[in-house]
Amino acid sequence: MAISNVDGQKVWQRRDRNTQFKIWFAWFIGTAVFMWCWQQISAATTWQFFWDAPRIAADIGGRAVPPRWSYMDKLWEPLWDTLNIATLGTVLALMMAVPVAFMAARNTTPSALFVRPIALLIIVSTRSINSLIWALLLVKILGPGVFAGLVAISIRSIGFCAKLLYEAIEEIDETQVEAITATGASRWQVMAYGIVPQVLPAFAGIAVFRWDINLRESTVLGLVGAGGIGLQLQGSLNTLAWPQVSLILLVILFAVVVSEWVSAKVRGAII
Amino acid sequence: MLRLKKLTKIYKTGDRALNDVDLEVPTGQVLALIGPSGAGKSTLIRCINRLVEPTSGTVELGDVELTGLGLGGLRKERRRMGMIFQEYALVERLTVMENVLSGRLGYVGFWRSFLRKYPQKDVDEAFRLLDRVGLVEMADKRADELSGGQRQRVGICRALIQNPSVLLVDEPTASLDPKTSRQIMRLIVELCKERELAAIVNIHDVALAQMFVSRIVGLKLGTMVFDGTPAELTEGVLTRIYGDEDWSETIQKVEDEDEMDAAQ
Repeated sequence: MAISNVDGQKVWQRRDRNTQFKIWFAWFIGTAVFMWCWQQISAATTWQFFWDAPRIAADIGGRAVPPRWSYMDKLWEPLWDTLNIATLGTVLALMMAVPVAFMAARNTTPSALFVRPIALLIIVSTRSINSLIWALLLVKILGPGVFAGLVAISIRSIGFCAKLLYEAIEEIDETQVEAITATGASRWQVMAYGIVPQVLPAFAGIAVFRWDINLRESTVLGLVGAGGIGLQLQGSLNTLAWPQVSLILLVILFAVVVSEWVSAKVRGAII
Repeated sequence: MLRLKKLTKIYKTGDRALNDVDLEVPTGQVLALIGPSGAGKSTLIRCINRLVEPTSGTVELGDVELTGLGLGGLRKERRRMGMIFQEYALVERLTVMENVLSGRLGYVGFWRSFLRKYPQKDVDEAFRLLDRVGLVEMADKRADELSGGQRQRVGICRALIQNPSVLLVDEPTASLDPKTSRQIMRLIVELCKERELAAIVNIHDVALAQMFVSRIVGLKLGTMVFDGTPAELTEGVLTRIYGDEDWSETIQKVEDEDEMDAAQ
């Protein structure tokens, strides 16, 4: 805030000269860095490929149309697998995430010194690794197939669900908990009456949100052999069967749109 | 009979919220606790049912010393102490009936309460209480659909269904309009009389306290500075509790309102 005195009149400006200069300088640095990066990238680009790209894309596009509709016969089963991976993976993840969340929330943790750090570690470690990488690992351990994908999805989701849930638990209204405690309720009753009703909407929201994400993620798990429609996608890409690729992409798009619709409905119903 | 002896609470921050408070509340007496914000009124109430752990001193309810109890014993004794809150503290997403029945949690096992299979006599009592406060049609509504005054009535039912021998009431009218405040205060006092309950009522509104209760205790910075009848609450006393201010209007107004009430 800058107020200066000009001829006995108080003049107000949003920023004083120093701040103004700092902001200008920050913009200058930012622009310079951007230009430099641009130059680096353009030097490293093979421009032949770049100028060629529209023609290749048009070529692939041309080969991909029309989609090979008859291939759909072979897609129903992997599609069902994909849906199962997403749904069961989410359910499994939620079952593990709920206790972790209660252990991680400051107001419900049994011990802020010992248990909470462990719970937070579980959350961070499961969250930080992408489900595709989990799947790569698990395919080696469990062998290829739907089960590896399911476990990959559920492990990746624990951290996500537990983090959102424990934040919801920490934001509850403590006076409601106090009131239930004051009636002489046991610890579990306080949980069931004072805390659970308050976090239930958040829980349902998190569940459908994560299910929605998991459906997308499970469509690519097949790329590393963990079951689902990604397996067909990879096979079709490798054999340059473009009409099949376009059909699979359409099917994935359709599945995602449906999942969006379902989660929107569910969220609307519970709030 | 509720007896506090040399009750002291020092918070971790070093704030001395209660300072050697000695207080006896005989059965059937409704006592108003007044004092400025931060005087320790809420702390005092919460030290009785140990939502806040007192630092030293004792609290006795009947012949049980509450301050020495373990967790199980404390839970059992909490059933005898009903609590009513400033912001109602109902579980917003549960129904009115569930909120009232939650007052029985101390008597009912976990699974019964979890599955909402309360004994029929508890349900009967819940309906009787809701009827008493005029909310029987609301039993199936969710608590967040009610108005402030209605919510506080549900809060009262929840406290009473515990079948308590003492009521701890924390600013019951602070979030209510003047008319509803009076109705709620009147209801609390009536119910205490019906059931011969001792009650401690924290209250900001001095005039309202004078209207309804027979004994007033003044708290200032954690120390009791006044204990007497509403009539003894003079300008001098109010200055002692709250500090310098022109109190003549406050006291004058009470008499006016009493006359208005009498005229109605």
